[in-house]
Amino acid sequence: MTAIPAEPDQEERLQAAFDATIARRDRIEPRDWMPDAYRSTLVRQIAQHAHSEIIGMQPEGDWISRAPSLRRKAILLAKVQDEAGHGLYLYAACETLGVSRAELTDLLLAGRQKYSSIFNYPTLSYADVGTIGWLVDGAAICNQVPLCRTSYGPYGRAMIRICKEESFHQRQGYELLMTMMRGTDEQRAMVQESVDRFWWPVLMMFGPPDAQSPNSERSMAWGIKRNSNDELRQKFVDMTVPQAKALGVTLPDPDLRWNAERGAHDFGEPDWAEFAAVIRGEGPCNAQRVAHRRAAHEEGAWVREAATAFARRSAGEGGR
Amino acid sequence: MSADRREWPLYEVFVRGKRGLNHVHVGSLHAPDDAMALRHARDVYTRRNEGVSIWVVRADAIAASSPDEKDPLFAPSGDKVYRHPTFYDIPDDVPHM
Amino acid sequence: MSDDHGSIFDGLLGGDSSQWAFGTDFEDPLAGVDTTTPDGVDPAELAAYCLMLGDDALIMSQRLSEWCSRAPDLEEDIALANVALDLLGQARLLLARAAAADPGVVPALPAGSPVPPEDALAFFREDRDFRNVRLAEVANGDFGHVVVRLLLFSVARLALLERLRTSRDHVLAAVAAKGVKEVAYHRDWAGRWFLTLARGTEESRRRLLAALDALFPLWAELVTAHPVERSLASAGVGVDPAFLREEVDAVLDQVLAASGVERPARPPLAGAGERTGRDGAHTEALSLLLAEMQVVARAHPSGRW
Repeated sequence: MTAIPAEPDQEERLQAAFDATIARRDRIEPRDWMPDAYRSTLVRQIAQHAHSEIIGMQPEGDWISRAPSLRRKAILLAKVQDEAGHGLYLYAACETLGVSRAELTDLLLAGRQKYSSIFNYPTLSYADVGTIGWLVDGAAICNQVPLCRTSYGPYGRAMIRICKEESFHQRQGYELLMTMMRGTDEQRAMVQESVDRFWWPVLMMFGPPDAQSPNSERSMAWGIKRNSNDELRQKFVDMTVPQAKALGVTLPDPDLRWNAERGAHDFGEPDWAEFAAVIRGEGPCNAQRVAHRRAAHEEGAWVREAATAFARRSAGEGGR
Repeated sequence: MSADRREWPLYEVFVRGKRGLNHVHVGSLHAPDDAMALRHARDVYTRRNEGVSIWVVRADAIAASSPDEKDPLFAPSGDKVYRHPTFYDIPDDVPHM
Repeated sequence: MSDDHGSIFDGLLGGDSSQWAFGTDFEDPLAGVDTTTPDGVDPAELAAYCLMLGDDALIMSQRLSEWCSRAPDLEEDIALANVALDLLGQARLLLARAAAADPGVVPALPAGSPVPPEDALAFFREDRDFRNVRLAEVANGDFGHVVVRLLLFSVARLALLERLRTSRDHVLAAVAAKGVKEVAYHRDWAGRWFLTLARGTEESRRRLLAALDALFPLWAELVTAHPVERSLASAGVGVDPAFLREEVDAVLDQVLAASGVERPARPPLAGAGERTGRDGAHTEALSLLLAEMQVVARAHPSGRW
């Protein structure tokens, strides 16, 4: 390392060391120097991801009480429990950047941080549990697998653990739909209706088209993001088409067809006006999801306080 | 103490996967005290029976070296409790998915 | 491009389910277990007994799972789900055992229905055929309520399962051997939270005492012998809960004493014509709980899930 006397130069030197770490695709760790914008971008992205896991417990969790077999009830409860765990890992990764879980929860409840728009759509039948596993978790996996190699160490390590569990989530969803497709006509219709309802919102999960995605370029340069929105969306469509065929459902897009020239599927454009509305808070369930989370948080306050008081008292009695 | 006084303090969790191995850092959690932290660790990190032995330690009790000791400008905030080590387990079989 | 993802569907319907806490391929929960009714035991009584223990677990699990996404913190959300999953696993085995002992208890379904007997029992029985104690079924309250309910429930169930490990019925013995470890943890969790809330803040103590006052009258049913329990106990298959009373009282008194809480001076909740939950005489809460739990299954009696 070259000795550099003055303050501003030291800042430059730190920036250079940071840039070099990114350039050789090495990881940034919590105690490393990092640009403020890198830190704030990470906090925003990891928090949004954590909130998505926690809010995402609701649409499926709503069906635990109504799961139609004991086996499905156990699988669904274990899955939704996993999501609580994923949220917990991600909040912890965010805490390495100096923001507490309580602060992040406040930001979520105040509407100042977002979560995935998909969870602002309702779940209306048990087939939705399968569709969420297959398509929503499938899309999430497309987004998340590259994040295992993200430049921020704690985030990448959380993602490795999460991806490992997510692949089983996708499996259980697909397996549920396959089983239902072997059932009655009513069940097959239920599956198709569910896929019809979720297909477009799932495509929106990858975010706006690259041309309209303001933060993407910098995030990619920093190695926080590894692929563009459109790349991931294309990848998801190409991966899903044969799965839909094997399942025996149609995807509700008249423009969906194989393009031999591109070696990829062409597909229609999601309704970006609807996407924008849901992001603005006008989705079918935005208010409901946040209210549910707020109620749990506020109704739990006296419990958290009691445990803190008890711990303090025990420590005072010579516990710690 | 935690950055936020309404919040239970942060704990780091170490699990011995099986006899003969070291305890390895697996992640973090919040708990009001040591006893509850152990219970939480069992619930959160050994749901699939991964561990036979669990250690928990409050994150603010961990002393840490800076990553590059020659670095004169290592930020003072580096000593803040929230800059704790986390998720140090990288499984051998990183899933290709 | 799809190489990254193609493999996740490999072996989709195969047998490897070790990643699931409770497995996804348990098509026959009693596979490989000797389900012969032990000598000298009335199969109908054995089935009734398995329904009592199974329904207790099922209905408790249903109430606990309602907490999912509503707990005071993520750590407790995960803990409550673990308890619910443990009890759900016990319920599944016990209901399957009931059906194997006496197929007459299983509700009739349309010809060719793929619904397995344990699911038929859970999702197609009427409330009056459920044999759980009423403690398990009353509606959820606050966090103090779930702590008290789980403490009262698991103190009695642990004592019972410890003895049931030597049952002459292989299935009951196996369920008990696994269940003892699980329920010991449930009791520990509930006991620790009971103490915490009792000695936490004024508010937490007030809420805890209110929950205890409301639930305590329902507790006696768990430690009062039903004729079926007495009969199976004498055959070396079941456990007479009346014999557990002293031990269970001692454990509960220990928790109460450590918490500085008096045992409520409230008499047991009366039955209807001396019939209680064990006989199918329930509170209004069970019918509502079942309406929700059974709605999807009942809409598709020939459905595959």
